[in-house]
Amino acid sequence: MTEPSAAAAGSPGEKATTDDGFIVFDQISKRFGKNVVLDDLSFSVGSGERVTLIGPSGSGKTTILRMLMTLTKPDSGTIRVGEDYLYHEERNGELVKAGEQHVRKVRGRITMVFQQYNLFPNMRVLRNVTEAPVHVLGRSQDEAEERAKELLDMVGLGDKLRAYPSQLSGGQQQRVAIARALAMDPDILLLDEVTSALDPELAAEVLDVLRDIAKSSDITMLCVTHAMKFARDVSHRVLMFDQGKIIEAAPPAEIFDDPKQERTRTFLESVLDET
Amino acid sequence: MSAGLWNYMFEGLLVTLQLTIFGAILGLVFAFAAGLARLSGNKLLRGMGFAYTEAFRGLSALVVLFWLIFVLPTVFGVQLAPLFAGVLALSLNIGAYGAEVVRGAVRAVPQGQIEAAIALNFTPWQRMRKVILPQAVVAMIPSFSNNLIELLKATALVSVVFLSDLTFGAQLVRASTGNTAGTFGLLLVAYGLIALVFTTLMRLLERRAAASLGRTVPPGMIARIFRRTEASA
Repeated sequence: MTEPSAAAAGSPGEKATTDDGFIVFDQISKRFGKNVVLDDLSFSVGSGERVTLIGPSGSGKTTILRMLMTLTKPDSGTIRVGEDYLYHEERNGELVKAGEQHVRKVRGRITMVFQQYNLFPNMRVLRNVTEAPVHVLGRSQDEAEERAKELLDMVGLGDKLRAYPSQLSGGQQQRVAIARALAMDPDILLLDEVTSALDPELAAEVLDVLRDIAKSSDITMLCVTHAMKFARDVSHRVLMFDQGKIIEAAPPAEIFDDPKQERTRTFLESVLDET
Repeated sequence: MSAGLWNYMFEGLLVTLQLTIFGAILGLVFAFAAGLARLSGNKLLRGMGFAYTEAFRGLSALVVLFWLIFVLPTVFGVQLAPLFAGVLALSLNIGAYGAEVVRGAVRAVPQGQIEAAIALNFTPWQRMRKVILPQAVVAMIPSFSNNLIELLKATALVSVVFLSDLTFGAQLVRASTGNTAGTFGLLLVAYGLIALVFTTLMRLLERRAAASLGRTVPPGMIARIFRRTEASA
């Protein structure tokens, strides 16, 4: 396997992580029609590492997350998570297309929080958080409820257990969605523009919760966001995307204060202007 | 009208209700089977769902009934009980319309819901049962309500093949009393009242379903008009 170029950037944060190649994208390409979204992309992420993906819209950041979540299939290349390939399995020393069972096994380590929250409107808050632990992980109802209550307390919604999602504000819904994701005990948490649909004040609630989680856990996080201060606070490494390629990868202090690429500089200026 | 004639009407009413209720239940089975088949990843299932829907939407329920009652016994030697033949013909027809309702409602569930279910690693079947269908069913109810009334009205077709439903009973009454306007007027009111009962029940069901999503259905038009007058007073 080729050494992923972006990984060489290293990742010192307040807690040093080494890139042990926990998640490896190898020569991934994806096009939608004529539009090339990802172009022969290779990079890797260490276990426990928190990586923020930045770049203009359409540069392929969200596609990266969606591929890891098996929501969008790559056209070519491989993705490995731990010992397993995500879209392939090894049979007699050969890589073949993975079956549903294999995909589910690998996918079980990953979960995602979405821009539009996507809570299940037919379930109350508590059940949104317990349903998958009970029916996917096989936990007992009591065990799942106890853990769900802990998590909902942590995100400040311990008093909304009986509410329906439609009765909550966007910021509250997103915090439930975070609790729902954590209830799966994921190794990898994907955050796809989780505050983009929220007013600044509600966004701040959500980001505070995520900061706490980042500080107190060793979950590997991949985060697509325009909240640059948050990215600077929590990530070990920032990847700058442009036209389906990573054009710069560096620790946040470096990329935000002293970007090497002109494209990164102009992008950051435009984003900071907005906020 | 004598008590005996009233009896014709009353027994006919029971047959009409049976045809409607059993037809609706069996029709629901056809609707879900065909509607979900059309959304399946399996080509054969999709094709079967499509063939059924297109065929029975285009066929007159009366012609299907003729086949079940007159052709099946003579050509294939299969004799169905008349009531069952009536239920089957009506439900095949209404099920084809219902299948489109099912298909539309399932497809209208936002893609984000399915993606969230994948992100929580639900199996495809769990996604359908726990996430998609509970939401889709809520969206189906108003259309099903229309289908049910259509079905009620279509039950009158069976009087043509001498099943003694409400319409058949009314014809007997009219023949023996000669009071055409009176009898058919009564018939008109009877169907209207049954329809009213069904729509009211469906409306209640709709409210309960909406509550299962934490929503409230706005009160009916009449209630709203009254509320407005109160507010402006």
